[in-house]
Amino acid sequence: MSELVDGDLRGNAREVPLILAIPEPARRPGDTPDFSSLKFSNAGEVRRPEVSDAPETMYDLATGLIRVLDDEGRAVGPWAADIDKDTLLSGLRNMMLTREYDRRMMLDQRQGKTSFYMQCTGEEAISCAFRMALSDGDMNFPTYRQQGLLISSGYPLELMMSQVYSNSHDPLRGRQLPVMYSSKEYGFFSISGNLATQFVQAVGWAMASAIRGSSAIAAGWIGDGATAESDFHSAMVMASTYNAPVILNIVNNQWAISTYQAFALGRSATFAMRGSGFGLPSLRVDGNDFLAVYAASAWAVERARSNQGPTLIEWVTYRAAAHSSSDDPSSYRPKDEALAWPLGDPIDRLKRHLIAVGAWSEKDHDELLVSVQDQISRAQAEAESYGTLRNGPKPSPRDIFEGVYAEMPNHLRLQRQEAGY
Amino acid sequence: MPTMTMIESIRDAHAVAMEADETVVVFGEDVGYFGGVFRCTQGLQKRFGKTRCFDAPINESGIVGAAIGMAAHGLRPCIEIQFADYMYPAYDQIVSEAARIRYRSAGDFTVPLTIRMPVGGGIFGGETHSQSPEALFTHVAGLKTVIPSNPYDAKGLLITSIEDDDPVIFLEPKRLYNGPFDGYHDRPVIPWSKHPLSEVPEGHYKVPLGRAAIRRPGSAVTVLAYGTMVHVALAAARDFNIDAEVIDLRSLVPLDLDTIITSVKKTGRCAVVHEATLTSGFGAELCSLVQKHAFYYLESPIERIAGYDTPYPHAQEWAYFPGPDRIGHALSRVLEG
Repeated sequence: MSELVDGDLRGNAREVPLILAIPEPARRPGDTPDFSSLKFSNAGEVRRPEVSDAPETMYDLATGLIRVLDDEGRAVGPWAADIDKDTLLSGLRNMMLTREYDRRMMLDQRQGKTSFYMQCTGEEAISCAFRMALSDGDMNFPTYRQQGLLISSGYPLELMMSQVYSNSHDPLRGRQLPVMYSSKEYGFFSISGNLATQFVQAVGWAMASAIRGSSAIAAGWIGDGATAESDFHSAMVMASTYNAPVILNIVNNQWAISTYQAFALGRSATFAMRGSGFGLPSLRVDGNDFLAVYAASAWAVERARSNQGPTLIEWVTYRAAAHSSSDDPSSYRPKDEALAWPLGDPIDRLKRHLIAVGAWSEKDHDELLVSVQDQISRAQAEAESYGTLRNGPKPSPRDIFEGVYAEMPNHLRLQRQEAGY
Repeated sequence: MPTMTMIESIRDAHAVAMEADETVVVFGEDVGYFGGVFRCTQGLQKRFGKTRCFDAPINESGIVGAAIGMAAHGLRPCIEIQFADYMYPAYDQIVSEAARIRYRSAGDFTVPLTIRMPVGGGIFGGETHSQSPEALFTHVAGLKTVIPSNPYDAKGLLITSIEDDDPVIFLEPKRLYNGPFDGYHDRPVIPWSKHPLSEVPEGHYKVPLGRAAIRRPGSAVTVLAYGTMVHVALAAARDFNIDAEVIDLRSLVPLDLDTIITSVKKTGRCAVVHEATLTSGFGAELCSLVQKHAFYYLESPIERIAGYDTPYPHAQEWAYFPGPDRIGHALSRVLEG
């Protein structure tokens, strides 16, 4: 009897046992960082098709890497557009503002002025350059790591900070987790902590824009990890079905909290390849190269705005900071991995480009940094004068009951009365 | 006045709302060219064009998520989930998004969205075409939940829902689509044309949310019901010769608490009927509200008559369905208690 059972369990002796694959990053804490498994093209190597080209002729773009800046800071290749100096300088300023803003808010979180914060260190070029390629009236559906979109659009820093502090000037009246901003006026949809839901909503907004004959386009944002959500698929199938005027951005910063990108990527070579099956032109772009981000964004914007349809873009970057103020990346990846990231730092690369073309100097840069830090300090002082989560005025508890519906229903009125507000 | 089935009156409500407001768009699975599997959107695409009424991929989260984005743009989508049983892939979009966007953005973005879905059993639909998930919506802050019981209300409530500035879950008892089903599955189907509430005015009218209707005045016991169960409860009162006051709630959130409490204070007894499973059903909420607001008027324990806490069976559908017999016996217990 026992022989029979053993025989059943073994099955056919000539078959090899099946193996379950659990992805594992190349390096863990204590190891030397190693990104050799990632495939990068050289600057200028990837071709630039016309926006009107048929999507099925562009599948190669999903596996290359669009890069403009070479190691010497020169702009090379077909994606090197003629961008004027003022645009580049304002891009540099926006990125530096974003970084200094993050630095300050993270510090404030550590000092207990708020509960939570999320930085986008190393990813500034993506949101800053992308926003500069959009027009006013377009709508972003961001994740929590696109603060550069708001900052680039000129949204008041003290309002962002007030939201982070949940103070008496918080435009969201203390209801939302810090960094979950919202501004219709600045083309920034209310952020949700539930991942990927906004990716579909961006497609719907774009569909509405087409239904109403507007010229405004939408942009959806998602991280590499959240592409594993079914809403990623939902967004792709809706965008593809209705040829919606939307740009679908995947920010691949290599890490989803502690799990590295292979947990969403699976056996695919790139995230951009996900678009090919839907017939979407799909670009894979160096997200730390301001010029490449700007050029690819402008290309996708033109496609959407001229009724050519959606574009999927994978921005390849690296999450240089922790996932959030509650996270410690040294417990799952090498401490110095960010320094070893082969695509460098976006601010440093744009700075070197501007110096290389004679438009900038170290002295100019130092002065700009001082000016940016001063702007952050002034905004911070103003925001703090309206209170922080710990001290000073706060939104009223009475407000808990407001705004759940357009008009307060009786049961909420009763609950508010019973609560004594 | 013309008589209509519930399907016809829902169709008419769409047409009236779309005619009145060009931002109203309608879409869902099989909704466009074909007009919906229950034909509730038949003719709309032809009349209003393909960008006002269109088909969608089989992707409920995509349908609801896209509709939220459209609403944020300023459209007023009215979308169909083919069966309420198929709603679950969209639940995150409904609960975490549609319901909360007004609140979390402090009114910066709003979601004037109506999500229609057929509910309930009685058509041999088995476990995946028979569910009544209303409690999964009434439990969610930011949603309104509406369920009509007749063609007149269906049209007026749907127009109100579409014109509402917040997300409304509009539940359509599918067994009522073609007639006022009273729970006697083995008797001939009664057509809507024989029912007074099939008289549906032409053009625009509204039935307000949060206003219940007393379908049968009575003095012995208050019966709280909605959807199909209104008709079944009426049949039970008739056949068990019970002078029940049958209240059709029409909308669960907002709820017409005044009508409920006034009635219970008058009758001193109460029973709650729904087709959905018993445990944590909306009936539990109703019982709690009644005991809080009318405890000293109650002469006997409140009874709940509901679906059993099992999946909806196929062959045993009529043993599962809370029919007039089950309701009648429960009402008798309330009267004896």
